[in-house]
Amino acid sequence: MTLLQLAWSYLRARPLGTLLNVFLLALGVGTIGFVLIVDGQIGDSLTRDAKGIDLVVGAKGSPIQLMLAGIFHLDVPTGNIPLQAAQGLAKDPLVRRAIPLSIADSFRGFWILGTSPEYINLYHGEFAAGHGWNGRMEAVLGSTVAARTRLGLGDRFVGSHGLAEGGPVHGDSVYTVVGVLKPTGTVLDRVVLVNTESIWFVHEGNITDPDEQKVVEAERQVTVLLLQYATPLAAVSLPRRINAETNMQAASPAYETARLFRIVGVGADVIRAFGGVVLATAALSLFIALYHALNERAYDIAVLRTLGARRFSIATMLMLEALILAVLGGVLGLLLAHGLAAALAWWMARQESIPIDPWSFSPKELWLLAPSLAAAVLAALLPSWRAAQANISATLARRT
Amino acid sequence: MIRLEQLRFGYDGEDVLRIARFDLGPEEQVLIVGPSGCGKTSLLHLIAGLLLPTAGTVTIDGQNLASLSPQARDRFRGRHIGIVLQQFHLLPTLTAIQNLLVAQSIAGLRADHGTARGMLAALGVADRIDAYPHQLSVGQQQRVAIARALVNRPRLLLADEPTSNLDDEACRAVTDLLLGAARQHGVSLVIATHDSRLKAKIARQLELPRREAQAA
Repeated sequence: MTLLQLAWSYLRARPLGTLLNVFLLALGVGTIGFVLIVDGQIGDSLTRDAKGIDLVVGAKGSPIQLMLAGIFHLDVPTGNIPLQAAQGLAKDPLVRRAIPLSIADSFRGFWILGTSPEYINLYHGEFAAGHGWNGRMEAVLGSTVAARTRLGLGDRFVGSHGLAEGGPVHGDSVYTVVGVLKPTGTVLDRVVLVNTESIWFVHEGNITDPDEQKVVEAERQVTVLLLQYATPLAAVSLPRRINAETNMQAASPAYETARLFRIVGVGADVIRAFGGVVLATAALSLFIALYHALNERAYDIAVLRTLGARRFSIATMLMLEALILAVLGGVLGLLLAHGLAAALAWWMARQESIPIDPWSFSPKELWLLAPSLAAAVLAALLPSWRAAQANISATLARRT
Repeated sequence: MIRLEQLRFGYDGEDVLRIARFDLGPEEQVLIVGPSGCGKTSLLHLIAGLLLPTAGTVTIDGQNLASLSPQARDRFRGRHIGIVLQQFHLLPTLTAIQNLLVAQSIAGLRADHGTARGMLAALGVADRIDAYPHQLSVGQQQRVAIARALVNRPRLLLADEPTSNLDDEACRAVTDLLLGAARQHGVSLVIATHDSRLKAKIARQLELPRREAQAA
């Protein structure tokens, strides 16, 4: 019969109060943990998606929109840029690698990207089945797209204009699946890849007149150009030159992501603050419960002292009660955090948005027990001290 | 077993209790009697080391209680002095046997089921060891409380008003229980009481005088 068992016996004796305190602690820890998990996973995911891309170049407009559309494919593009301007930029000595993307159509909520094989290399994509495209109207599916649409090699599909399902369908332009990629944990999993010519073909139609062909070719466009610098010095001059001297816009993913996170971060801060308030409430509730226990249990405490319990043991017993609640609340809170993350992950998966893995536990999360333990210790400090100081003789002499 | 010398105890410089000399040998029994407010409970608490005297010494089994550190005094009480409180207060969240086990481990001894069960059996509540206090009759609670006071094999057993609010029959039962247990386990017994029914059972009595301050 240790002090721990004794403390537990008191918690068991008042289950409702115990449950309330565990629940409050769990809610506080869960809210804070939820923000931590989601914030971390989205941050990691965006970092992976933007890796190797130093600059996004597209039509003028909002730089955040350009980045969201050009890299993460979470927004509609700002517009298109002339092919010739893009090709000129790709040849610039400050640019090591330039990947064009033509974004216009989608298939069942997934963007169809007209690009070069370089795009697959950027994310270290490997083929689970099939191979890359050899010509027009051959498509490679990201792993999520393949899993969600249940399309495989040789299957045929048509794109629809824009992202919304049920938009105008390019009915006469049929793609054939020639390759399926392995999962990479990046945005590559959630796109359909074709060559740039396919996109042009779908929108231009089959032109036979050579004069018309010439006019159309001169007006060809791409949506964005993903650039990798040849030298760090490019970061100084290239974006400024593009923004000032051309009709195009350059956005730095690193800078724009940070800016976006500062904006969205306010929301995260609000949720975190809410968690803090709940934790403070939990501490207060715990304090009241323990302080109440002092009066309720004055005689019990006196009995324990007559049995030889030291002052320190009495204080320890109350502290242990608080710590048991803190650990229970903390662990339950972690589960709650992952449960909330799972709910968000389910919702975001339905939107074909950034994937979240709600059930990956990191040892760092154990730090979330710290605020719970801190709240408990804080709440138990005064009651423990008071219990230790109690005048035993006076309590026993009180005739009740 | 107990030696009190030039003992004085009081609050705010006013003596509540004054005992020049008192000795109690091993396995002897004594009643502390007197009107209420005369300091019976205070004396019991002084003997238990729950209070310290203003002057003089309390020596238990050769150990001057005031010379021990507070922690050592608590430990000494747990190991060598058994205390039966008014209303036999058992810890309500623990079963009968757990009430004994907690007494063992708090005194720094090994919590031993065998000893605890044996002590409960000796007091005739072997079949109630897993019952919670509220499931026990008053008589059973008394037995468990006495078992708890004796489980660490103390040399001295103190009881504070064990028979108050009891009818004659219950009073006799508790007294017989205490005396029987004291004899059986070879412990000295001190009972503080204002209950004159006990005087027939225990010959030796320490009568505390009514205090002047309280007389009014």
